[in-house]
Amino acid sequence: MTTLAHFQHAFVEALRAEVSDFAPAMHPAFAIYRNTVMRACLDALEANFPAVVCLVGRDWFRAAAALHVDEAPPRDARLARYGEGFPDFLAHFEPAAVLPYLVDVARLDRLWSESRDAADAAPLNLDRLAELSPEVLVSERLGLHPATRWIDSAVPVRTIWEASRRGVPVGSDLHWQPEQAIVVRVAGRVHVVPGDGASLAILDAVASGATLGEATMAVTSAYPGARLDLILPGLLRSGAFAHS
Amino acid sequence: MSPLSAGLGFKPQHVRDALDASQPGLWFEVHPENYLADGGSAPAMLDALVARHPVSLHGVSLSLAGASPPDAEHLRRLRQLIDRVQPTLVSEHLAWSAWGGTYLPDLLPFPRTHDALAHVVDNLARSQDALGRRISIENPSHYLAIDGHAWSETDFLAELVRRTGCGLLLDVNNVHVSAHNLGTSARAYLEAFPLHAVTEVHLAGHGVDASLDGGLLVDSHDAAVAEPVWELYRYVLQRMGPVPTLIERDGNVPAFDALMRECLRANDMLSAWANAA
Repeated sequence: MTTLAHFQHAFVEALRAEVSDFAPAMHPAFAIYRNTVMRACLDALEANFPAVVCLVGRDWFRAAAALHVDEAPPRDARLARYGEGFPDFLAHFEPAAVLPYLVDVARLDRLWSESRDAADAAPLNLDRLAELSPEVLVSERLGLHPATRWIDSAVPVRTIWEASRRGVPVGSDLHWQPEQAIVVRVAGRVHVVPGDGASLAILDAVASGATLGEATMAVTSAYPGARLDLILPGLLRSGAFAHS
Repeated sequence: MSPLSAGLGFKPQHVRDALDASQPGLWFEVHPENYLADGGSAPAMLDALVARHPVSLHGVSLSLAGASPPDAEHLRRLRQLIDRVQPTLVSEHLAWSAWGGTYLPDLLPFPRTHDALAHVVDNLARSQDALGRRISIENPSHYLAIDGHAWSETDFLAELVRRTGCGLLLDVNNVHVSAHNLGTSARAYLEAFPLHAVTEVHLAGHGVDASLDGGLLVDSHDAAVAEPVWELYRYVLQRMGPVPTLIERDGNVPAFDALMRECLRANDMLSAWANAA
């Protein structure tokens, strides 16, 4: 190790320790570095998981997030991306177990950020699709827009997430039921729209390279009652697909 | 950007005002790390800003004083951004912020040894090659004295200029903050500073941490530029003449107009110098 590397190794160790015999860390002002590094990481997580912050409160959030920062510090200077592993951290974080919806809300926060930052792509050309004969249409392979995400949850994740992002309590009329959500970006704005099992099955099939015909076949066998005549046009117009 | 005009650190919440602003010579600066998404609204906002005003890129994460080379993937993304937005200037810090593949979001100090100089020269040369641009290096703010320096900071910076052809970004607030915290003279620092290589000046506000050492100054960028910093800026202008000058603000961000007033104050000082010359 070079002398610079030795110094930096000792500096990082001292940042992580409460007490250190590293000479600069004996100085009270070393606290500024400790505080700045941790604060920037916590600020990033707080900005990236606003619905979680709303549900647990800022103090609880930052105390939990500090443990995650210690375990999984950022590896990318684009701090708007930090927190990839935070939902999984919450899933194993004992004090979060009393809030069974928290992990999926965190996942939806994360999907929202991923959607916001994903690559641009031209939206699906519905006019072109409309001109295709049914025989051609079934063999069409659609491409997902790079900003499209979805989540299948055992809890009412979309309703809770949506209220939390607005900073309001979930209404007393909440139906405790599984919810699916689709995250799309239209004209630069991220939208989280309600989904259903059949819609998500179509997205799964398209993502794995199925033709439109194969995708609808897969859905009708898994969801025999699904109204594909309603679901498919809605999905095609949602912005979930890109021009391929 | 003209040496006679001041610019502003760009805040996304001011995007409308920034795009509408028609102050002659106005320019903006951004941290590229905030605009390196693959797509979406952030890069689009930067493209709109670039279409309207000159923009400079002020990086915070290259870790040029790191014991390891700068992240190749980050350099590649930065190069793409530079090719797209054609910034008027690219700058970074004399600091480190990466260790063992993790990113420490701060600008950390190091002993200015011969070994450190070799690392910074190498990292800077690699970065300038990868980016195809001259980079200007900013003097850091200091909070505590570190042992083992073989070089003064001003000599270290001059040697970087000599060996790599880099430029310098003189942050006058950092000079003030560091001199206060280390008990040294800001004027003496400026007298020794290699002003011939300065391509840009930064002005910012600082805070006071009263809990530490009877009042440490912290380079917090969350207040208006302080009077002693304006005084030092006047001294810099006397010594080197007009230079593109940026008002930085990151916390307690006021209305756009309040930042523009600081920008115009710098403009007035730049014009006064030019008129007197």
